[in-house]
Order: sequence, then structure tokens, then C-alpha cells
Amino acid sequence: MSFPLLSIVVFLPAAGGLLLLLLRKENEGEARALSFLISLVTFVASLPLFFGFDNSSAALQFAETRPWVPALGIQYKIGVDGISLMLILLTTFLTPIAILSAWKAVEDRVKAYYAALLFLETGMLGVFVAMDLVLFYVFWEAMLIPMYLLIGIWGGPRRIYAAMKFFVYTMVGSLFMFLAILYLYMAVPAHTFDVEVLARTLSNAETRLAFGAQMALFLAFGLSFAIKVPMWPLHTWLPDAHVEAPTAGSVILAGVLLKMGTYGFLRFAIPFFPEASRAAMPVISILAVVGILYGALMAMAQEDIKKLIAYSSVSHLGYVMLGIFAFNAHGIQGGLYQMLNHGLSTGALFLLVGAIYERTHTRDVNAYGGFAKLVPVYAVCLMIVTLSSIGLPGLNGFVGEFLILAGAFKADKLYAVLATGGVVLGAVYMLGLYQKMMLGPLRGAAASAAAGAPAPAHGAEVAAATPGAEPAAGAHAAPIADLTARELCYLVPVIAMCFVLGLFPNLFLRTMDASVQLLLSRL
Amino acid sequence: MDLTSVASALPWIPLLPFLGFLINGCCGTRISRRAAGWIACLGPLGAFLIAYLGLLALAQEQSPRAFLECSLGDWISVGDLVVRAGLRLDRLSVVMALVVTGVGSLIHVYSVGYMSHDKGFTRYFAYLNLFLSMMCILVLADNLVLMFVGWEGVGLCSYLLIGFWYEDPAKASAGKKAFIVNRIGDFGFILGIFLIFVTCGTVDFAELFRWLASAREGLPAGVAFAATMLLFLGATGKSAQIPLYVWLPDAMAGPTPVSALIHAATMVTAGVYMVARLSFLFVLAPTTLLVIAAVGGLTALVAGFYALTQNDIKKVLAYSTISQLGYMFLGAGAAAFGASIFHLFTHAFFKALLFLGAGAVIHALHDEQDLRRMGGLGKKLPLTCAAMVVGSLALAGIPPFAGFFSKDLILLSLLEAAHRTGQPVWYLLWAMGLVGALLTAFYSMRLIAMAFLGAPRGDAEAHEAAEDPPVSMGAPLIALIFCSALVGLFSWPKLFGGFERFIHYLDWVTAQVPAAPGELGHGVEWLNLCASVGMGVAGMAAAYFLYVVAPARPRELVRASPALGRLYELSLNKLYVDEYYDRWIVKPLQAAANYAWEIFDVLIVDGFVNGVAAWVLDLAASARKLQTGVVSYYAISLLLGGIALLGYFVLWV
Repeated sequence: MSFPLLSIVVFLPAAGGLLLLLLRKENEGEARALSFLISLVTFVASLPLFFGFDNSSAALQFAETRPWVPALGIQYKIGVDGISLMLILLTTFLTPIAILSAWKAVEDRVKAYYAALLFLETGMLGVFVAMDLVLFYVFWEAMLIPMYLLIGIWGGPRRIYAAMKFFVYTMVGSLFMFLAILYLYMAVPAHTFDVEVLARTLSNAETRLAFGAQMALFLAFGLSFAIKVPMWPLHTWLPDAHVEAPTAGSVILAGVLLKMGTYGFLRFAIPFFPEASRAAMPVISILAVVGILYGALMAMAQEDIKKLIAYSSVSHLGYVMLGIFAFNAHGIQGGLYQMLNHGLSTGALFLLVGAIYERTHTRDVNAYGGFAKLVPVYAVCLMIVTLSSIGLPGLNGFVGEFLILAGAFKADKLYAVLATGGVVLGAVYMLGLYQKMMLGPLRGAAASAAAGAPAPAHGAEVAAATPGAEPAAGAHAAPIADLTARELCYLVPVIAMCFVLGLFPNLFLRTMDASVQLLLSRL
Repeated sequence: MDLTSVASALPWIPLLPFLGFLINGCCGTRISRRAAGWIACLGPLGAFLIAYLGLLALAQEQSPRAFLECSLGDWISVGDLVVRAGLRLDRLSVVMALVVTGVGSLIHVYSVGYMSHDKGFTRYFAYLNLFLSMMCILVLADNLVLMFVGWEGVGLCSYLLIGFWYEDPAKASAGKKAFIVNRIGDFGFILGIFLIFVTCGTVDFAELFRWLASAREGLPAGVAFAATMLLFLGATGKSAQIPLYVWLPDAMAGPTPVSALIHAATMVTAGVYMVARLSFLFVLAPTTLLVIAAVGGLTALVAGFYALTQNDIKKVLAYSTISQLGYMFLGAGAAAFGASIFHLFTHAFFKALLFLGAGAVIHALHDEQDLRRMGGLGKKLPLTCAAMVVGSLALAGIPPFAGFFSKDLILLSLLEAAHRTGQPVWYLLWAMGLVGALLTAFYSMRLIAMAFLGAPRGDAEAHEAAEDPPVSMGAPLIALIFCSALVGLFSWPKLFGGFERFIHYLDWVTAQVPAAPGELGHGVEWLNLCASVGMGVAGMAAAYFLYVVAPARPRELVRASPALGRLYELSLNKLYVDEYYDRWIVKPLQAAANYAWEIFDVLIVDGFVNGVAAWVLDLAASARKLQTGVVSYYAISLLLGGIALLGYFVLWV
């Protein structure tokens, strides 16, 4: 038995979370430091997965297999391939950053908060490494709990509604998937939950399921994943969840959780049900294009910054789905790459919004204006992340979008043309957001804070127009400060990665080649 | 000269200005303005020197199609899609690189004086250096995707520099408008790239050229048409042609040297360069070429019409730029890519000169841009006046200034196209070009008259205090005066026993269409020359008469004739195109966004979901005893329920 590196990476955060809960006192500093340390160690421990990864092989690497419930053929089987590798690293990379971002934002039940984040990390990593359907399902459901708690306990004023919505949506999907898993177990002669065996059997022309069964199961799996993505029109849980979630929750939600859906399609729905996938391609492509344009259009209508970013996620994930369902190497690798990009860019956007929210206590874009003068370093960071989000070449977003659109164009020109239109809208809402927040004359309460004088007339107007900004006006009396060293500590790595992924994409694209080829060969 | 060493130095052309960007961008606050200015100017100068070495190296080569190249490895490779990071210097790109870095260096030097009092001094130079770096990538790229990288990069810098004084919301909005309108063009560019990639399997210029030359059945005509039209859509965005020109006048919100460099001499000509770079593709689509010429001709005419009545000195020049870019596309459409690039070349000098001269006027009058508040500045600002006069003469196409030679060649190429294709539409385009020349001469003279001649109309104190710019701004002006007067000689017309050296230099790297049997004949060439010069002289004379000899006449004319008054209104308000775009595109889109959100997301989908949730809560209320109020229990019970269900199913089976 070789060294169980992957198990250690997966369960280290949960072990840390347990340790945290066992701490007797509610010692905030200790809890913060410990959880950050654990997540950092997890990240370092996950690095050998990348550097030791054999790019030329499509086989499972760092695999561990152990019987779990032998009577039912359930195994503890985990492993990494080109599809999951970068997502695992994205998870271990973003978690310490999310933890660091919550340093000051959370003051209530700190210990439990960090424990929830760590449990969440284990859940997410479990989803990406699980190679047994039951094990996958356990992680998939277990991951919901800490996320649900993060929104429901540490969220904003409408947190209960948002958490409930999140839960209802995802549970509905999960139930169908659960039934589909059981059906699969019984339908396959081998009676196994082993993902590798299933993928091999079900994609083989002789042993695959009948088309009708394929379609029913594809729909059952697909519904669950489509809700997670979220695909239009199953997306309305996302804006509420983001708005109410605390910053760290939003970062993880946007950065990693949304990729579970697209990952699910690549890992299960497509290889298990190839014919059904092909048949569903036009429908899914259309829904993806609608999502791209609709999400962008929605983002243009938002005045709540977090809601705007949430809708932009709907648009970006639409690109990912479009790429995956192009069923060629460009589209799928572009889709995988765009998952990473979205994790970094949107994660960074939520970090930046969280940082400014801690200062102004409002997410209403109209309460901002001219902040570039007050917080120049912040303004530069936001500019870079904005550009990354709208796909400027040199930054990460371009590579993903370019490959996706090239793949989609190869598959069907019409969808690609429509989706490319979304690129124009992306610039409209993101640059609009940037202008409203950072450019123009100083506005709102910030103007009075900068002047050190009582709020001028238009400042009062803004406060009156945004109920809830009133009590916060007192907090504005202190001048709004630029990014602190701690904030730069978690922002700079994300922004640096945006450049690395934009300038040296082949480093990462290479890891996906073999696995994507295998997947394509099964279609 | 060692060719390989020059080739390996190619990456330094974009890298040197990029280093300037990094230094000024990262530690601009910690170094003195003097140092920042030097750093900013050295990058472009160094890049110019390398480009010049490249020119010498190319001259040593036997083959006129020789090139220098330097590959930095693969950038993106997935399957059969390989995008290399490679630079390539041939006759076409060396001309562009010299213009960009040469005029760029002069404008950097000028900026040191112009921006000396601005608090964003280092930020300005960081952006300007980044622009130059991106422009060099655009020019030197050896494939479509890398060209697109530079294309987007210069767009970003344009956005940043238009909104440089971001505290003014109008300026910030102008930057955003430029970016978004350009994105609409990029939509076409990127789809054009995809179409080429999917059809030919490559995005590399040289490979594409080889593919087109060797493919057995060649490129289907439909694909050639679609691909070139898509690429041309990109060009209309960046090069401000109908229908996407609306961003360029607004872009004048940026500092004046930026208008000179980005929005006159270099970036806006990228579309013309792209068409010339891909000329071997464009000649396969004659319909596209006709569309390009028509769009160019129409833009030349319409923008010239707008420029007649503008009162902002920079707006006059902005519309003039749009109009001149139209001429370049007229030439490209007539498959005279050499003439088109030659006009790009001469225009870069005289339009930069005009903008820098206008900047000197604005500087001298402390940010006054309204021509109606100028007048009589000729005596106060002799150098500036000389600059503007030379620039205007070149622009109006008066011999022997630079614009004359290039505009004459473009007009002649239209007659050649008519002769070659037998399509009478080219005569119409030629006539449009001639009328455009008349308008050009008129507004050029009007600008000179309103700013420099007659009596001062503005603030008397400001007029008294006005003086010519300091050396750092004056020296680039003088250099550009000489260039604007002389660079036309690079292509001394055949009619006068010349060789048209510039055109021949480029003939080897741009596509040639087979010439028609028989020459046009000297008669036609003389006719063309006389018509073009005649239009220039007539336009200038008319404007001189209306604005200097009888300055009250324009008003009287407008009052006397309602039709003329209406025409004046239309020109002043730019045919209300901005208003139409706003009413039919911008507002409906925003309304659709708001409407769809409120109706679809909030009412329909959420209404359904909330209904289901309410039903679930009702169900829960009936099981009140289990309700503890701690959300985690719900979650855990759901999970346990799921596991129990699993067990049940498995055991039951």
C-alpha cells in the first residue's frame, strides 16, 4: 500500500474542523490561526498531485481502493485524473484564501464558522476524487450541510429564505440522482458502483444501456447537475444564495461549488450515457446560450453588486456548458479551463466586494462612485479582475472563452455566434459596474467621509434611497481606507494566478489532454 | 548586419515599452517626474532603433519577400489548434513598426511637456507605454490570435486613456463607450478567426497563405466572403468606420497627445493594417472588397460632412480622422493595398502634427477648445500656426505636401479598379472621394481661419498670455512639420518620371490583383491629378472666402436658405446617429434587461419555487413536534433519510 496522499489531502480539513470543535474555549484568534494553517497545509499537500501528475496518462492517478461495504459492492475508491486534477487544486487554493478573507467579517460563533468551512472543503474535495457512486453521493450530500449552515447562520438578513431556497433546489435534484444511481446498480450486470467500470461498460457499444433508459438516467443525473451549474432556468437560487452568504461562503460557492455541476456532466452524465448526451446536445447548447445571454442581460439590470456578480456567473457557466457539449477537445478543455477561470475571477470579485462592504456596509452600487481616488490599490485590483472576467487576452478568461467558442464554432456555428454576442454584453455590465463604483466624482457617504464633513445633499439622497444605509452612515465617518496587508495577502495570489493562467495556459491544458481524449473516445 | 541577431532582438520592440510600463506603473509614486519621463521616452526610442535595424537587415536580403522572425514557443495548444507566440518582421510590418514607434516616440517627448502639471503624470506614461507595447504586438504578430491580443490590448489602453481624467463622468463614459463599441467589432473579428481556423486549420499568417495557395479546391467563395466580412466588421470598430465610428469623436475626452497617438496616427489604423496583412485573403472575396470601398467612401463623405460645422477643435480633427480612414479603406477596397498603407503612413505624420498643434493651442489658451473663442492666434503662436498650416495643407492634399501623393494614388486606384472590373460603381466611389477631398480642404481651411486668422474672439487676457509651447513640445512639432512636408516624396509619382518607391516596396508583401490589359493612359492620370488638386484648392478658397474675407456670409447664407439651414443642423448634430443608436439599441436593451428580470426571474421562476417552498413549510408545520428551529437538524435528517432510503432499496432488492 503506497502512501495515501489523496486521502490525507481530502480528510485533513475535516480532521482540522473536528479539532477546532474540540477546542474548549471560544478563542477566536486560535480558531482563525488554526483553520488557516490547516487549509494552508492542505494546499501544500495537494501540490504534489500537480507536480507528480503524469500528463500522458488518462488513467486514475494517486488512486486508493479499499472495500467499504463489500456486501453491496460499495468501495472507498478515490483517484485523480485530468478532469479533476485542476479542480482539486482550485479547491485547496481557494479555501485558505476564503478563510483569510473572513478574518474580520465574522464575529459570531467563530469556531463553528471555520469548522464549517473546513468540513465544506473535505466535502468538495471528496466530490472531485470519489470514484464510487455511493461515496460520491455521500460527499455530494454532506457538502450541502456546511454550505447550508454558512448561509443560514452567518448570512445576511434574508438568510433563512436563501438557505431554504438553496436547499430545496439542490435536494430536488439529488433525489432524482439518487434513484438513478440505484437503478444503474441494478441495471449493470456487474452490480457495481465503481465509476471507472461503469464508464467503461456503459460507453461500450455492446454493453451500453438502451436509449430510453439512457435518456431517463441522463435526465435524472442531469437535473441534479444542471441545478448546481446553474443552468437557465434553474438558476434563481444562486442570486439569493450569493447575496445572503458571507464573503467566504460566496467565494467558495462561486469558486468551487458551481463547478460540481459541470464536473458531474463530464464525470458521470456524459460517459455513462453517451447516446443520450449526444441527443441532448442541441437542447443543452440552446439552454447554455440562453443562459449566457440571459445571465448577462440580468446582470445589466442589477443594482446590488453581489447579485450582479451572481448573474454574471450564470452567464459564465453557460459558456462552460456550451464548451462541454461541443463534444470536441477545444470545447471541453476550454470548458474545464473556464471553470478554473471562473473560480479565480469570480472568487476574486467576491473577495473585493466583501472587502469594500466591510468599509461601507452597502452593496448598493449607487452608494459608490469615484472610489478610485480613495482606494487606488483597490481600484487597480478591481480593474484587473474585471478585465479577467470580460476575457481580455493576457488574463485567464480569454483562453477559456476562446477555446470554448472555437469548439462551439466547430460543433455548430449558430450557437457560437450567439454566445459570442455575450462577450459584448459582458463588457457592458462589468465596465458599467466598474464605472459606477470607481470612476466619476466621489459620491455618497464616501464623499462626506473624505471631506470629513457632514453628508452633503446628494449623499443624503443616496442614503434615503437605500434603506439600510442609514445606520451605516455613522460607520462612514471614518475615512475609507485602501486595502490592508492582510487583504492583499489573499488577493495578490488570486490575481497572480489570473496572469499565470492567461500567459502560460499550456502548463494546465496539458494535464487535461489525455483524459479529455479518453472521454471523447467514449462518445 | 547579422540577421539572426536582429531577429532575436524582435521581442524587445514590444518589451522595451512594456518595461517602461512596469517601472512607471509599479513604482511611479517613488521616482521623480523627470526620471519617469525619461523612462517613458526611452522605451519607444529603443523600440524604434530595433525596428530601424530590422529595416536595414531586410534591405540586405536578396528576396523582397524576406522576413525576420522570432518564436517564443506555443501559447495555447489544444488538439489541432496551435497558437504560437511568434513575431515576424517583413516589409509591411516594418513600415508599421517604424510609424508606430517613430511617431510614438515624438508624442512621448511632447507629452512630457504637455502633461507636466498633471497629477497623474506617471500613470499617464504607464498607460502610454503599455499602449505602444500592445501596438507593437499587434503589428508584429505572426498569427491572427496574437494580433487579436494586441488588438484588445490597444483597446484597453485606449479605454484607460480616454477616461484618464476619470473623475469627470462624461470622460469615464466616453472610455466605456469606446470599449463596448469596439467589442461589437471584436465580435466579428473573433468569429472571422474561428471561421478561418475551422476551414483552413490554422491561424498563422504564413501557413494560411500557403494553405490558400496549395489547397486543391481553394477556399469556397461563400467562406471567403463570410470570413472577410467578419474580419472587416472588426476593422470598422477599431478604425471607426460606419456603422461603428461613433466612439471616436467621444474619445477626444482623453489628453490631446493620446488623441494624436492612439486616435489618429496608430491604433485607429489597425483595421487598415489588418486588411493589408490579410490582403491575400481579401482579394479572394471581390464582393467584400467592394463593400470595404463603399463603406470607406461613405465614411469619408459623411465624416467630412460632420467636420464642416464642428466648433470643438478636436472634434473637427476627430471627424477628419474618420474621414481619412475612409480613404484608406477606399484604397484597400480597390485592392491598392500599397496606396492604402501609404496614406496610412502620411496621415500618421500630418494628423499627429495637427493634433499636437491643436494641443499646443489648447495648452496656450488654458484648456480652451472652442474654435469660436479663438481667432487671431497666428501672430501669438507662430510655430503652432506653422505646424497647423503645414498639417492642413498636407491633409487637404495640396502638392507637394505628403497627403497629396497618397490621396492622389488612392483616387487613381479607384479609376484603375473601374478600368479593371468594368463596374461603373467605382466611378461613383471615385466621385465620392473627390467630393470628400473638397470637404476636407474646406474644413481644414475653416479650422485655420477660425483659430489663427481674423480678430481674437475669446478671452482677451488669455489671448495676450498665449505663447508657443516649450522646447519639449516644440521639437516634436518641428520634426513632424518636416515629415508632413516631405514623406510624400517616398512615392514620387510615375507621371513625373518617379518610381513610386514606397508602393513598390510593399507590392511584394501585399496581394496583387491581375492588372487589366492596357494602361490607364496619362490623360486619365492627369485628369485625376487635376481633379484632386482642384478640389483641394477650391475647398480651401471657399473656406478662406467664407471665414476670412466675408466672415458674416456663413450666417447670412444659412438664414437666407432654409434648406441650407437644415443641412447645417444635420451636420452640426451628426445626422442624429448617436441619438438613433441610443433610442433603438441602448435603451431597448436596458429596458429588456430590467423587464426580463422583474417578470421572468422574480415573478415566474421564483414564484414557482416559493410556492413549492411554502408547501414544504406547510408540511413541516404539521410535523411541528420535530421542528426544533435548528436548521442543521433539518439538513442532517434529510441526509439520514437519504441513507435510510438507500439501505431500504438495497436490502429490498
